[in-house]
Amino acid sequence: MKQGAYQETKIRNFHTLLERHPRARAWGETEGTGRQIAPPLRRDGLARPLTPQNSAWGRGSRRRRADHSGTTAATSFVACRRSTGERAAPAPAPEEPAGVTPAVVCIDGNEAAARVAHRLSELIAIYPITPASPMGELADAWSARGRANLWGSVPEVIEMQSEAGAAGVLHGAVLRGALATSFTASQGLLLMLPNMFKIAGELAPLVIHVAARAVATHALSIFGDHSDVMAARTTGFAMLCASSVQEAHDFAAVAHAVSLRARVPFLHFFDGFRTSHELGRVELLEDDDLVALVDEEAILAQRARRLTPDAPVIRGTAQNPDVFFQGREAVSPYYAAVPGIVEEVFARLAARTGRRHGLIDYLGAHDAERVLVLMGSGAGAAEEAIEALVARGERVGLVKLRLFRPFPTAALVAAVPATARAIAVLDRTKEPGAPGEPLYQDVVTAFAESLAAGARIPMPRIVGGRYGLGSKEFTPAMAKGVLDELSREAPLNHFTIGIVDDVSHTSLPWDRDFATDDEGVRALFFGLGSDGTVGAAKSTVQIIAKETALHAQGYFVYDSKKSGALTVSHIRFGPRPIRSTYQIERADFLSVHHFDLFERVDVLERATPGARLLVNSPHAPEQTWHRLPRDVQEQLLAKRIELWAIDADRVAREVGMGNRINTVMQPCFFALSGVLPRDRALEAIRRSIETAYARRGPPVVARNLAAVDRALGELHRVPVPERPTAAFPRRPVVPGDASPFVQRVTARLLEGKGDLLPVSALPADGTFPTGTARYEKRAIAGELPIWDPSICIDCGKCAMACPHAAIRMKVYAQADAPGSGFPSKPFRSREVEHCLLTIQVAPDDCTGCGVCVEVCPARSKSEVRHKALNMEPVAEHRERERECFESFLRIPQLDPVSLDPAIVKNAQTREPLFEFSGACAGCGETPYLKLLSQLFGDRVLIANATGCSSIFGGNLPTTPWTVDAAGRGPAWANSLFEDNAEFGFGMRLALEHHIGEARRLLAGFAPQIGEELARAILDEAGRGDAAIAAQRARIAELKRRLAGFDAPLARRLLSLCDDLVRKSVWLVGGDGWAYDIGAPGLDHVLASGRDVNVLVLDTQVYSNTGGQASKATPRAAVAKFAASGKSVPRKDLGLIASAYGHVYVAQVALGADDSQTLKAFLEADAWPGPSLVIGYSTCIAHGIDMSRSMAHQRDAVRSGFWPLWRYHPGSDPHQHPFQLDSRKRTLSVRAFAETEARFAMLLRSDRARAERLLALAQADADERWRHYTQLAGLERSVPQSTSPGPLAPPAPLVDESTAGEG
Amino acid sequence: MADLTTRYLGLALRTPLVASSSPLTGSLDGLRRLEDAGAAGVVLPSLFEEQLTHDAFAAHHALEVGAETFAEARDYLPQLESGDSGLDTYLELLAAAKRALGIPVVASLNGTTLGGWIDYARLLEQAGAAAVELNVYRIAADPAHASADLEAQDLELLRVVRAALRVPLAVKLSPFFTGLAHFARRVVAAGADGLVLFNRFYQPDLDLETLEVVPRLALSRSEDLRLPLRWIAILRRQVGASLAATSGVHGVEDVLKLLLAGADVTMLASALLERGPALVGELERGMASWLDAHEYESVAQMKGSMSQGAVPDPEAFERANYVRTLNSWSSRFRQ
Repeated sequence: MKQGAYQETKIRNFHTLLERHPRARAWGETEGTGRQIAPPLRRDGLARPLTPQNSAWGRGSRRRRADHSGTTAATSFVACRRSTGERAAPAPAPEEPAGVTPAVVCIDGNEAAARVAHRLSELIAIYPITPASPMGELADAWSARGRANLWGSVPEVIEMQSEAGAAGVLHGAVLRGALATSFTASQGLLLMLPNMFKIAGELAPLVIHVAARAVATHALSIFGDHSDVMAARTTGFAMLCASSVQEAHDFAAVAHAVSLRARVPFLHFFDGFRTSHELGRVELLEDDDLVALVDEEAILAQRARRLTPDAPVIRGTAQNPDVFFQGREAVSPYYAAVPGIVEEVFARLAARTGRRHGLIDYLGAHDAERVLVLMGSGAGAAEEAIEALVARGERVGLVKLRLFRPFPTAALVAAVPATARAIAVLDRTKEPGAPGEPLYQDVVTAFAESLAAGARIPMPRIVGGRYGLGSKEFTPAMAKGVLDELSREAPLNHFTIGIVDDVSHTSLPWDRDFATDDEGVRALFFGLGSDGTVGAAKSTVQIIAKETALHAQGYFVYDSKKSGALTVSHIRFGPRPIRSTYQIERADFLSVHHFDLFERVDVLERATPGARLLVNSPHAPEQTWHRLPRDVQEQLLAKRIELWAIDADRVAREVGMGNRINTVMQPCFFALSGVLPRDRALEAIRRSIETAYARRGPPVVARNLAAVDRALGELHRVPVPERPTAAFPRRPVVPGDASPFVQRVTARLLEGKGDLLPVSALPADGTFPTGTARYEKRAIAGELPIWDPSICIDCGKCAMACPHAAIRMKVYAQADAPGSGFPSKPFRSREVEHCLLTIQVAPDDCTGCGVCVEVCPARSKSEVRHKALNMEPVAEHRERERECFESFLRIPQLDPVSLDPAIVKNAQTREPLFEFSGACAGCGETPYLKLLSQLFGDRVLIANATGCSSIFGGNLPTTPWTVDAAGRGPAWANSLFEDNAEFGFGMRLALEHHIGEARRLLAGFAPQIGEELARAILDEAGRGDAAIAAQRARIAELKRRLAGFDAPLARRLLSLCDDLVRKSVWLVGGDGWAYDIGAPGLDHVLASGRDVNVLVLDTQVYSNTGGQASKATPRAAVAKFAASGKSVPRKDLGLIASAYGHVYVAQVALGADDSQTLKAFLEADAWPGPSLVIGYSTCIAHGIDMSRSMAHQRDAVRSGFWPLWRYHPGSDPHQHPFQLDSRKRTLSVRAFAETEARFAMLLRSDRARAERLLALAQADADERWRHYTQLAGLERSVPQSTSPGPLAPPAPLVDESTAGEG
Repeated sequence: MADLTTRYLGLALRTPLVASSSPLTGSLDGLRRLEDAGAAGVVLPSLFEEQLTHDAFAAHHALEVGAETFAEARDYLPQLESGDSGLDTYLELLAAAKRALGIPVVASLNGTTLGGWIDYARLLEQAGAAAVELNVYRIAADPAHASADLEAQDLELLRVVRAALRVPLAVKLSPFFTGLAHFARRVVAAGADGLVLFNRFYQPDLDLETLEVVPRLALSRSEDLRLPLRWIAILRRQVGASLAATSGVHGVEDVLKLLLAGADVTMLASALLERGPALVGELERGMASWLDAHEYESVAQMKGSMSQGAVPDPEAFERANYVRTLNSWSSRFRQ
């Protein structure tokens, strides 16, 4: 077949390439995650082949020039660079230095930058933030391992409480003469701004490396754009932009070297994710190279300036109007010198490595008429477009800006060919209200100044536009779209590219069929999180880079779920350096690692005709075809796709690898792609396994090797018939009864087609409906909990502990029973009679974590393993449970007034208004939030700090916060990480003001609407469900009566009167927020005495960003930034808060004592002052079997590691406010610790230290217990003020609340 | 004073008092204390292949779970800097004990795979073990497995390990064999230099509150020595290999009885845990004075003097004791 031949040709070409580039290879792992490809030999400083700048690009250009020679065409393509206005000669032909090979590794942009920064620093102050966290983690790991900097000392790496803290440390360190650096992004960079002005103002040299990321505006985005660095452009930092992984490595060194010489601090940035997380080949800078770049004299000068009492000076004076201005101007010469020094260091870099850069790099036609200007990773896509268009004879060019501050005005104007008629400046940020985005404004200014000075006449037309915000794709087609626009007589200014803007009509069209990445092979791997797909794809890239002369690139895309997440790995490899800084749109090879993904994703949309498809299929080869949905079959046939299958799950299971199918799938990829001869590929995989898992122990290596050995024997070509055979199509994305918004918008996001939504589809202010998680039927569980009513004891523990609200409990009148066959049992209760109980699983929302079965205490009397809930294979139960769940949802909810919520089983009959989040299976945080929603959900405002809970709670496409039948539910908002206490406090203050205002208006309006009703509303002071229901009824009556009045006062009262029904304000966040970055704000809000409730979901680490240590991290636990075990005890936040005396505090662990947790929530809500509930939250970062999440909580309490207590303030002078709720330990801390990898790993890696720290951890627990038992004996009261004020809450209302009033 | 020396697995020991596997022999400090107290040799706790494999995968799982799932976190725990799943620690302890102690250090191994048995046994030898004790046991719970097949597997395993090692090899046996004497002889024929009688298993218990099966290891009591006593007496003249008695050695009388029955060494664990290493000295002094008082010249002289072939009523060791006891009791009753 023709397409088959196409594939074969490609494969042959690779082998030819391999033969042409035999390379001596030295094996061995380098210090980072990357693997070394060739030995780090000394080099002669000459250029080498196969680097983006000096080889293929250059060869390509020479070839093209040769092609054009003899023609009279005005267009010729060059790769030339101009930096200071002088047109440089085309790069000299690269020469192969004899016998010298550079050290080449396959790493991502973060590691590329960190490898330089660590070697050039003495002090590194860090704080985790996506996507920059890995830089700090690597630096910390290297220092922990004793890796030295260029001068032989080990850099100190210190984690601070926030980026503001890190910036302060940098400032102090650099004034003290140290070489300091940090890594950050987005809000983190913004927190550094105040200090950055100081640092720059004092000419203190240092470098901050930024993986540039969007700043949160209408929504948070963890993805890449330049809005953060653009917010820093007024600080006085020099700004250097790298646009590839290699450049992130090179420019990091340039930034450090120039900063030291120029004394101007540098912000070195590259695009978040696209560069920071892209895996690519990097030629390493050796120590010798760094020595050549960094001036020893500059270091000594920096040392000489350090603050020392031996030669005292004063910095940071306050200046008066007489001299401040002049002092500010005094720095100007230093800035003037920066561009020259950058060029000089670039030249040194070129001399050492052959990699040439200018302040501005120009690529394209000498006589270009249309020119793009941009900086960052988008340059890669733009380069491809320019190259393709120039090859077609188009007169186009590209200006890549490297140095953004100080802005190289003259160099920029000089770089643009005089023939340029139109320039488009592309900004990766939006500055609403500005005359244009920053880079555009700068370019316009540069040309306008040039024009005014008479140097540039006529001035080209300059337009600006936005692209790529929040990692929106930027492709060669889009670059071409912009260039096409420039061809028009009056190109659109202030355009957007990459979206459809049907609101302001700014968007440019682009030709989606224009593609330039047609060289080499493009492969897509579809996997699920934790199945090893991404890891295998990374390893594949490393192997290709290591084993072949091919260039390889890996980029990895995740969905926003933490459980059952879809991952797509994009891998390119080919003979030339890969500049494709965008996702693969047309793949030659596709690998689907879970059969069910065909239901979830349009896998074959991006397949090229004749592509190969590898499927992990649980079905026999001959059955695999028939199990594909019909539309998939149709695509397969239409595109003549070759289908291959392997039952990788079975193979992985049989060799003892569980669900990790990576080492089964990887050999299949190599076998089918032909990138390497089979035997060599298998050998390379084996070696990579031996290296990667050596530290995990021989059994792990052995089983992975066994998987590799088995794989190819199980791989089968699946015969494809002439026509589709399946009758079933893919499931609809959302059910037909979903709201119009869900149908129109959410459904597109769920399909992975959000890119296609126009601007008009999105809310302008970031306001979204809640309750959409229920439409996302992910069906990811392999087993479901199935209820046996004959054993159930009605305890409600399953529903209480379920992290996803997928186990539901309903109590209902017999008359409401759905009918025969629907499982139910009589509900045991003194409060309601003749009611039925049903425990029901939501089969498509359950993650199969098994927590409910683990906590179920009811066992069969005749067979102990059989409980009231049992995990059973989903295939046997899904259909039936779907029907039952539908019936279950239709059963009316029992009036909450009927059952006292202070009893666990009663509380669990209430409807959860937090359901089906994307949190990890077995998450320890979500049960607390669900409980919160069950108790107060219809009247709660939630301020949620950034972190896991804001991601599983608020990350699109869907939201788990939902509404009850009356349409009421939690009102949720996230502001930032650091300000959540203040944010929620603001809500509280506004609410109180509105309550006061409503009361004032109501009192004034009483004669008109009825004194009795008004008094009843105003006098209402109850807190239970009955009181709230009664007040709601009164307010409904009030509204009815108000409707008759057309007065302004009536309308104002109408707008506020709902606030007269009691509301709760809860401030929710993790320990990163409450213990660290948000601690001052939280402290201030607690001190205020106002009625806010704080829920800290304490996982004892920064869970969301991957387990970095916080001040909640306990002694002896291993965490990132505490890789050798935390040496100091955790902060006792509860005790600190209780010191105020007026703060209600509870330390709870739902898995240890659910009644105590429930009591604490109710008491906290009832306490009219501030309340703080700290919930111990098990997390995958603890390294535990998450199905036993609740048992770990139990043991944490039994060992005294996490004592349960409540501090209940009150006015009784003989009150004992501190109540210990757990008993003296029956387990040692060590016995508890040994069951969690975060502790046990240290026993593996450093037993002596582990023993020492665990002994101290035991002492911490014992001492804490001793302290608490003494506190339990203390009498303490809150002094009563005569008039109610914020610092004198009224008498405690605990008795009322726990009695429940119902 | 009587000569207390003995030979076990070809090793010359100062006395027959050896500390067997217990938490005390799991630390260098404990080992030093035992030597100082007079132990003639020590057996380290068993290296369990199953445990090593389990721990390696537990750590592997902990490092992989959640990894590469979510854009903000590549993984959730720092990568291991060293991969000690317990093996390195064990080998370090063994090597350190070898350096620090003047008495022989015996390593103990419980494997689950043939490769594991060979590889780990070699590592133990390389780390300086004076001898290796193979802790061969399994619970023969599968009705498909005939006892002859299981025994054949054990013997094959033993031959392979024997071929891989130069140091002496002891085999710690379970008492649960239909033909123990026959099997013991085959074990010796397959290359065992000694037999350790017997293994004490963790026996499952039931927790009445949680309705869970929980493992329990009860410390031995003096009465427990009857089982090894009988079999040592029976085997003494049947097999040409060293015999070690373990289980129930608590007092000096226990030691003496086992020596009389034919043990080359008596191994202590429970008694040491209860009473501390000083017990060894106490036993040694007690032995010496008993030997002196009873005019024995040496341990060698008394060793096996009451083994089955050496007593006037050899059948006594083969009688079902409870019958005799009942008889004697009932006869008294009749009087």
